[in-house]
Amino acid sequence: MKLFKKKKTPLEIWNYITISILILYIIFLIHPLFNILKASIFDADGNFSLVYFAKFFSQKYYFSTLMNSLKVSIVTMIFSLLIGIPLAYFFNIFQMKGKRILEILIILCSMAAPFIGAYAWILLLGRQGLITKILETLFPITVPTIYGFNGIVLVLVTRLFPLVFLYVSGALKSIDNSLLEASENLGCSGYKRFFKVVFPLCMPSILAAGLLVFMRAMADFGTPLLIGEGYRTFPVEIYNQYVGETSINHNFAAAISVVAILITAVVFYLQKFISKYYRFTINSLHSIEAKPVKGIKSFLVHFYAYFLVFISLLPQIYLFYMSFRKTSSSGSVFEKGFSLDSYRIAFKKMSSAIPNTLIIGGLAVVIVVLLAILISYLVVRRTSLLNNTIDSISMIPYIIPGSVVGIALVITFNKGFLVLTGTALIMIISLIIRRMPYTIRSSAAILQQIPISVEEASISLGASKMKSFFKITVPMMKNGIISGAILSWITIITELSTSIILYTSHTITLTLSIYIFVTRGTEGPAAAMATILTAFTTISLLIFLKISDGNDMVM
Amino acid sequence: MSVDIKINNALKKYGNNIIIPDLSIQVKKGEFFTLLGPSGCGKTTLLRMIAGFNTIEGGEFYFGDRLINNLNPSKRNIGMVFQNYAIFPHLSVRKNVEFGLKTRKLDPVEIKERTNKFLKLMHIEEYADRLPERLSGGQQQRVALARALVIEPDVLLMDEPLSNLDAKLRVEMRSVIKEIQNKLNITTIYVTHDQEEAMAVSDRIAVMKDGIIQQIGSPKELYQRPKNIFVATFIGKTNTLNKTIIKREDKYLVELSPNYLIENNSVKSEDSKILISVRPEDFIIVENGDGIKAIVNSVVFLGLMTHYFVTLETGENVEIIQESTLNDTYERNSHIILKLNTNKINYFMSDGIENITREM
Ligand SMILES: Nc1ncnc2c1ncn2[C@@H]1O[C@H](COP(=O)(O)OP(=O)(O)OP(=O)(O)O)[C@@H](O)[C@H]1O
Ligand SMILES: [Mg+2]
Repeated sequence: MKLFKKKKTPLEIWNYITISILILYIIFLIHPLFNILKASIFDADGNFSLVYFAKFFSQKYYFSTLMNSLKVSIVTMIFSLLIGIPLAYFFNIFQMKGKRILEILIILCSMAAPFIGAYAWILLLGRQGLITKILETLFPITVPTIYGFNGIVLVLVTRLFPLVFLYVSGALKSIDNSLLEASENLGCSGYKRFFKVVFPLCMPSILAAGLLVFMRAMADFGTPLLIGEGYRTFPVEIYNQYVGETSINHNFAAAISVVAILITAVVFYLQKFISKYYRFTINSLHSIEAKPVKGIKSFLVHFYAYFLVFISLLPQIYLFYMSFRKTSSSGSVFEKGFSLDSYRIAFKKMSSAIPNTLIIGGLAVVIVVLLAILISYLVVRRTSLLNNTIDSISMIPYIIPGSVVGIALVITFNKGFLVLTGTALIMIISLIIRRMPYTIRSSAAILQQIPISVEEASISLGASKMKSFFKITVPMMKNGIISGAILSWITIITELSTSIILYTSHTITLTLSIYIFVTRGTEGPAAAMATILTAFTTISLLIFLKISDGNDMVM
Repeated sequence: MSVDIKINNALKKYGNNIIIPDLSIQVKKGEFFTLLGPSGCGKTTLLRMIAGFNTIEGGEFYFGDRLINNLNPSKRNIGMVFQNYAIFPHLSVRKNVEFGLKTRKLDPVEIKERTNKFLKLMHIEEYADRLPERLSGGQQQRVALARALVIEPDVLLMDEPLSNLDAKLRVEMRSVIKEIQNKLNITTIYVTHDQEEAMAVSDRIAVMKDGIIQQIGSPKELYQRPKNIFVATFIGKTNTLNKTIIKREDKYLVELSPNYLIENNSVKSEDSKILISVRPEDFIIVENGDGIKAIVNSVVFLGLMTHYFVTLETGENVEIIQESTLNDTYERNSHIILKLNTNKINYFMSDGIENITREM
C-alpha cells in the first residue's frame, strides 16, 4: 500500500475569523469581567480580601437590596405570566377584532424604555399626579402610593408581559389544531382543556418567557431609580456605589456585581434544567383555528386585551400629550395652551442627542449584525471546539445586568493599554456586547433553515467559500438579518443602564437626554424627547413587521 | 470533458465510527454508474467524498490521472444535483443556470449562449426570468440539472435527485436524466435507494451495504445472477428456501417436495445445506403432473400481473407472479401444482454470502 503523506489542512479564512472574534471577545468581554471579579476580591492595595462581600452580606442595608430585587423580579414574573398567558391564549383561539393592530400595540408596549414609563406614571399617579388629583377631589380616599415596590412592579409588568405574550403565542401557533379537537373529542374542553393540554404543551415557552422576564426585571435599573424612592434594588445600589454619592467605591460595586451575576446565572441554569423535562417536538400541520366569540364572552375578551394595552401605553400617550403643552421658557413649568416650545427647548439644550443616537446606535447595529452573521455561521456550519467556545462566550452578556457591563468596561478601559472611557466607541462596544446574544441566536435560527446543500451547490459550481457565503447564504438570510437589525436598533436606542455609566456630555443619546431632563425637572423637553423616541420606535417596529412578516421575534 | 473515476481503498470515519472501511470502484468514461443500497449504508457519504464535501480518511480518488483527494471542491469541475434541488431561491432561473459560468468568468456572449442552450435542452426557457419558488418540483429539478450541466463538468454527481418528486414525475424525470446523460455522454455517479429507479437508468450498479460493495454489475447481472443473498433480496423480489442436497444414483439433487426433485450441479456433496432463491416469476403453475403441491392463500390482481401468495406442501410460504390471463385465474384456497424455471434459479451457500450456481 502506498503511504499517504497527511497534508495539513490549510488555515482558511474562516479560521482567521474565528480567531479574530475570539480575541475581540477576550479583550472586550472576558478581560473586563475578569477585572470585575478581581476588583471584588482584591482591595485597593492589591491584597486578597473578602471584606466587600462580607460588607454586603453582613449589613442589612445592602443585603436588603438583593432581597428587594428578588421580590420585584419574582412578583413581576408572576404577574407578567398571569397576564400574558391568557392574553396569548385568547388572542390565538378567538377571532378578535383588530388583531393586527392589537398585536402591534402589544409589541410596542414592550419596546419603550421602562424608566420613561416610570416617569410618566409618576406624572399620572404620583403625589402631584393627574389621576391622583382627580381621584382625590372626586372621592374621599387616599390613592395608594406609586412610589416604591408597587410602582416598580406596575411599570415592569406593563413592559414585560408582551414577552410572555410573544413566547406563548409562538408556542400556541405550533400546536396542531387536531390536538385540540382530539382532546375535545375525549371530553376535555374549555378551561379543562387549557390546563390539561394547552398549558403543558406551552410549558417550554412559558419557562423561557418567565426566565426572560425575571432577568429583565432583575437587571432593570431606570425604573427603580426613578420610581423606587426608598425602595432600593440591586442595580441601583451597584450604580450608586459606582457613582458614589458619598464616596467612589469600585470594589464594593464590583462585589455586588459578582453577586448579581451569580444569581442570574443560577436562575438561568435552573430554567435550563427545568425545561429539559418539557422537551418534546410538535409537528403542526394545521395551526389552531381562531373561533368566533360572541356575547358577554366576546366583550370580556376584548375588554381584557384592549384595556391592558391601553394601561400599558398610557404613559406614552400622556407624554405625547404633555409634549405639546405650553411650557415656561426653562421647560419646567407647564402653562395653559399648546405649543412646540418643549421641542424647541429640547433641541436647543440637547442638540446632539438625535445625531448621537443615530451614529452610536447605527454603528452598533451595523457591527452587531455583521458579527452576528459571522458568528452564527461559525456556530451552525463549522462546529468546532473554538467556535463552540465563541458561542458560549457570546451568550454570557445574556445573564449580566447592563450596569455591570458598564462598570466592567469602565474599570478596564479607564487606564492601561487602551483608554476608551468617555468616547463614543466605548458606548458602541457596550451596546454590541449586550445585544450580541440575541442577534446571534436569531441569525443562527435563520441559518439553520437554509439547507447546507445550497452552499455546496455554489461551491461545486466553482465559487469559493467566501464568495458562496456572501453571494448565496447572506442574500438568503437577508430578510431575517434586516428584521433582526431593526429589533436590535429598537433595543439599542431605548437602552439606559449601560450608557448611563459610560456617557459624557459629548455622547448623550435620546434616552440619556430624557433621563437628564427628568432628573433636572424640565418635564416639557423630557416629554418631547420621549415622544420622539416613541416615534422612532414605532416607525422601526412597523418596518420590522413589514419585513419579518410572520417570522419569530427573538427579544 | 468526461473522465473516468478511480477510487482505491477509500476509508471514511466519523470519529471512531468506520462508515466505509475499504472501498474501491472504477467508473468508466461516460458511464452511468449508480450507488444503490439501504438507508444509512454510506452512499451519500461516498458521493460527498468524491465531491469534496467530506474529508477522506484514506485511499485515493482519481479523476482520470489526477489525484483529487486534496483538491478544493470548487476546483473539481463537478456538476452536482441535490436531493432538495438546492436552487438559489433569490436568483432567477436564468441566474441560477448562469451561476457556474459566471464564477468561471467566461465571456458574456458565451455565457448567454450556453445558458440558452441548456434552458432549451431542459425545457425551462419559458421560466427563465422567474424566481424558482414559483416552479413545481419537477421544474426545479430541471433547473438544478441545467445548472449542473451547463458548466460542462467532468463528472455529474446526483444524490437521490428524484426522491422529493411524486411517483409519476419520478418516472418522467428519470428518463429525462437518462436521455440527457446519454446525449452529453458525461460520467455520472447516481445515488438512490430505489432499486427500480437504479435499474431503469444505470449502465452499472454498485450495491452497497454497511459501507461495503456487495456487487457491481449491469442491472441484468444483478437481477439474474446476484452474488449473494443480500443482493438477491435487495434487487427485485425473491423467495428463499432452505434446502439440503441429497444424492441419488450419482446425481446430486435438491428435493423441493417428495415428488419434485431438481438436479443440481453446484454442490457435489451430500447433506450440504444450501439456500435457493427463486424469483416469483420463475414458478410455473401447471395443470397436472409432478410438481410441488401448494394451496393459494390470497390473490392480488394488479392488471398486467397477478400475484399469488401460496403455501407449499413443505410448509413454506412463497409469492408467485404470473401474467394475468382471461381464464386461468386461481381462486383463494384452490390447490395448484408448481414447477420451477430451473435454469434461472440461484443457489447460495447456506449463509447466503456466496452464489454457487453453475451454469448447466
Ligand atoms: N456528519 C456525520 N457524522 C457522523 N455520522 C454520520 C455523519 N453523516 C453520516 N453519518 C453516518 O454515516 C452512515 C452513512 O450515512 P449516509 O448519509 O452516507 O447514508 P446513505 O446511504 O446516504 O443513506 P440514505 O439512503 O438514508 O440517504 C450513517 O450511519 C450515518 O449515521
Ligand atoms: Mg443519502
